[in-house]
Amino acid sequence: MKPRATLATLTAASLLSLAQPVTAAPPPEDWEAVLQAAQGQTVYWNAWAGDNRTNRYIDWVAEQMQAEFEVEVTHVKLDDTSSAVARVLAEKQAGNDDDGSIDLVWINGENFAAMREQNLLFGPFTESLPNFALTDPDNNPEVVTDFTLPTDGYESPWGKAQITFYYDSAQTDTPPQSIDALLGWVKKNPGQFSYPRIPDFTGSTFLKQALIELTDQNDALYQPVVDSEFEDITTPLWRYLDALHPHLWRSGRSFPDSGPHLRNLMSDGELSLAFSFYPTDAAVAVREHELPDSVRSYVLESGTLGNVHFVAIPYNSPHKAGAMTLANFLLSPRAQATKQSLDMWGDRSVLAINQLKESDQALFEQGDSHPSALPADALANTLAEPHPSWMTALQEAWLQRYGVN
Amino acid sequence: MVLLPAFGYLPVLGGDTFHLEAWQALWGRAGLHRSVLLSYFSGLITTLVALFIVVLFLAASQGTWIDRAIRRMVSPLLAIPHAAVAFGLAFLIAPSGLLVRWVSPGLTGWERPPDLLIVNDPLGLALMAGLILKEVPFLLLMSLAALPQLRPEQRVTLARSLGYAPGIAWLKCVFPALYPLIRLPVYAVIAYATSVVDMALILGPTLPPTLSVSILTWFNDPDLSRRFMASAGAVLQLGVTLAALLTWWLGEQGIKRLSQLWLASGSRTSGSTAIALGGRALLATVTLMAMSALAGLALFSVAGFWRFPDALPSTFTLDHWQRILPSVATPLMNTLSIGLVATLIAAVLVVATLEHAARHHLPARRAQWLLYLPLIVPQVAFLFGLVVAAESVAIRPQHALVVAVHLLFVVPYLYLSLSEAYRRLDPRWVQVALSLGVPPWRAFWQVRLPLLLAPLLTACAVSLAVSIGQYLPTLLLGGGRVPTITTEAVAMASGGNRRLVAVLALLQALLPFIGFSLALLIPRLVWAKRRQMRGAA
Repeated sequence: MKPRATLATLTAASLLSLAQPVTAAPPPEDWEAVLQAAQGQTVYWNAWAGDNRTNRYIDWVAEQMQAEFEVEVTHVKLDDTSSAVARVLAEKQAGNDDDGSIDLVWINGENFAAMREQNLLFGPFTESLPNFALTDPDNNPEVVTDFTLPTDGYESPWGKAQITFYYDSAQTDTPPQSIDALLGWVKKNPGQFSYPRIPDFTGSTFLKQALIELTDQNDALYQPVVDSEFEDITTPLWRYLDALHPHLWRSGRSFPDSGPHLRNLMSDGELSLAFSFYPTDAAVAVREHELPDSVRSYVLESGTLGNVHFVAIPYNSPHKAGAMTLANFLLSPRAQATKQSLDMWGDRSVLAINQLKESDQALFEQGDSHPSALPADALANTLAEPHPSWMTALQEAWLQRYGVN
Repeated sequence: MVLLPAFGYLPVLGGDTFHLEAWQALWGRAGLHRSVLLSYFSGLITTLVALFIVVLFLAASQGTWIDRAIRRMVSPLLAIPHAAVAFGLAFLIAPSGLLVRWVSPGLTGWERPPDLLIVNDPLGLALMAGLILKEVPFLLLMSLAALPQLRPEQRVTLARSLGYAPGIAWLKCVFPALYPLIRLPVYAVIAYATSVVDMALILGPTLPPTLSVSILTWFNDPDLSRRFMASAGAVLQLGVTLAALLTWWLGEQGIKRLSQLWLASGSRTSGSTAIALGGRALLATVTLMAMSALAGLALFSVAGFWRFPDALPSTFTLDHWQRILPSVATPLMNTLSIGLVATLIAAVLVVATLEHAARHHLPARRAQWLLYLPLIVPQVAFLFGLVVAAESVAIRPQHALVVAVHLLFVVPYLYLSLSEAYRRLDPRWVQVALSLGVPPWRAFWQVRLPLLLAPLLTACAVSLAVSIGQYLPTLLLGGGRVPTITTEAVAMASGGNRRLVAVLALLQALLPFIGFSLALLIPRLVWAKRRQMRGAA
């Protein structure tokens, strides 16, 4: 094993020193040339596939791409986006700098931060996408900021998520309106709420949501973590969780695995209050027989955490032109409107809808809203994501405190 | 590939000096010792209980219709993938699961699910139960494949003529000869149970999880520097597995000594009723649990909304099937073609090796342990290295690469399933053929292979099931571009829609099930007039 590993690493090291990846793709600025080069390419799009709605939408996108741009799109189904990060890393380690197996990856937050830090991404390309201007980036900084990090054109916005609570109105009619009120609520309704086990993404977001509401040093959360201040800033959070856990589902001795697991527990009647990253989650789940139709959605009074999710192109993708064409199509009003429809996925658009042409705006008008869905104006109050280092630091601290029961 | 990063060497991440930081980070993990103990004990206990159930059943089994019926129900269980069994079991025993629903609110008065920690319990009992459901059929099938060479009926008849009760006769006269033949499968079970990932994710403890699950989490951490610690963890996992194997081996030696007394004591009947009842009851329970788990999956795959504590869904729908079926044609074809090609190659390789050994009277060599290495080393550790190796010689992800990596797992299982039957085949059959002037290749084709038809087909069915169940190897070496029914199922499982997962799990169980059915059916058809040749099933 050893000689081969050494050889591989030597190759990798020597290629890395050449820095710029070799690529046959035209420069992103020359959009006509990009479209030309994209024709006939196959784009391998690595995307989390745990949700049938997402998969259904990606299938639709693939059909459109074939018909409109002669680009074949293959959905590589992932159970965890970090396995795509691992893949690109392995390829870089082996010195495969221009024929990677991933052309586009659905990404945000800490995965993006990790790939940027290791120089695993292609860019900048976002500014060159004709449809990118429709997001009005000057007035919507969230489409060029990922967990406080500037995207620098290395990822293109795709959709918006925001923490949304939902409850079974047949079981409880007074859901808590703040993190503080939640503590009182679980004391009255023991065993009927929980959050996904850290380091799950949704669970970690709950920690951040709680921290934002509990600490009075909010500014610090938008800077990298300073070790010496961490204890001081997070003390209210741990005190809160210490009080909360005994009243959670299974008395806090076990936690659900993920956001979707929370939904299952709601479906089984084990919980009567839960939350999701997708504002339409509960409504779609009711339509698909997963939740009772007595479920209602709402957002905490002082707002909830929201973020934008993106697509990015690995530095060694052999089909960058096809990938850019796809990223641009994903930003088109038609693709964004289809994505937002409850029949398809229900994921919110990143476009500045009120600035679109009227005919395009009409695409976004939906029929009657679903009784289990949020009222249209409920998402006005969005809290921004803290710096990604907070996610990691909170996860570490949580596991040290509660990782062994 | 694992060892280097474990000691800090992974140049692409800037680690180019050797040091022990990864190990220090590993030791500093909260709950590490609990994880290690969980992996170690769940592996040993699972194997012990599974073996106990199998041996007791074989001792009790008299070849009556009820015994044959139980046996026949057990073998298909081997075909159900681990993940599918785990999902089914979780839904069966959870506080809001089928069992509680059936007795609520009538017997329990529960209008809402009780807040009890059953699945993911800290002691790993649910995980062990799941593993036992899967390992019992495996060990039973391995035993049944090896038994005929021992002529158990004759041994038992002889012992009974000396006044031994049937169960005791089997334990004293057949089991001591059987155990050496199923030893390797038992070791494989220990190795598997100490390092299992998919079942542990679904049923195992969570705070902290088993060691293998922790390793997977670290490998998947977006913080890439965690890989050093993950590699160190993988080396530790190997140590845990080896420690469990060593413990078992020591136990074997101890029992060998101690049992001499019992074997020679002349006690003829004590405990025989317990064996007769216990053996059948335990195996029947295992079978029933697994069947109910499967039934739960089937029920879920057609369920509309299903509120607790209703025993049945309030509406039924085919939506879930209709939604999944159009998209699984390619994955099904991939699964089937990869499984068949890998099994075929493995069968040719293994039979050629065994035939070579048989002709030259070679003893089982120590080198064969090398073959089992992929079964013992945690997958998540060495697969990442394999990806880098394949990439560095410019082999891109494709079907052939997936077949090649499946062979790493298929060959050992096929060898495991076939070698003893092959070696124990009475050499005189071939000698007779040769002495009649038949050339060796014809003796092989017309005498040895037909005699081995039943065990060969069973071994192939096991291999096919192994290939179909592979998740990580398919995903990593296929670069995600070779979707199989298993990769689809696991990707879908991460989204937690149990109705869709149920559909995929049932589809995933279908192919190996067909494989096993053929393995049982073909010998019956071919040897319709030769009962002894049909193999044990």
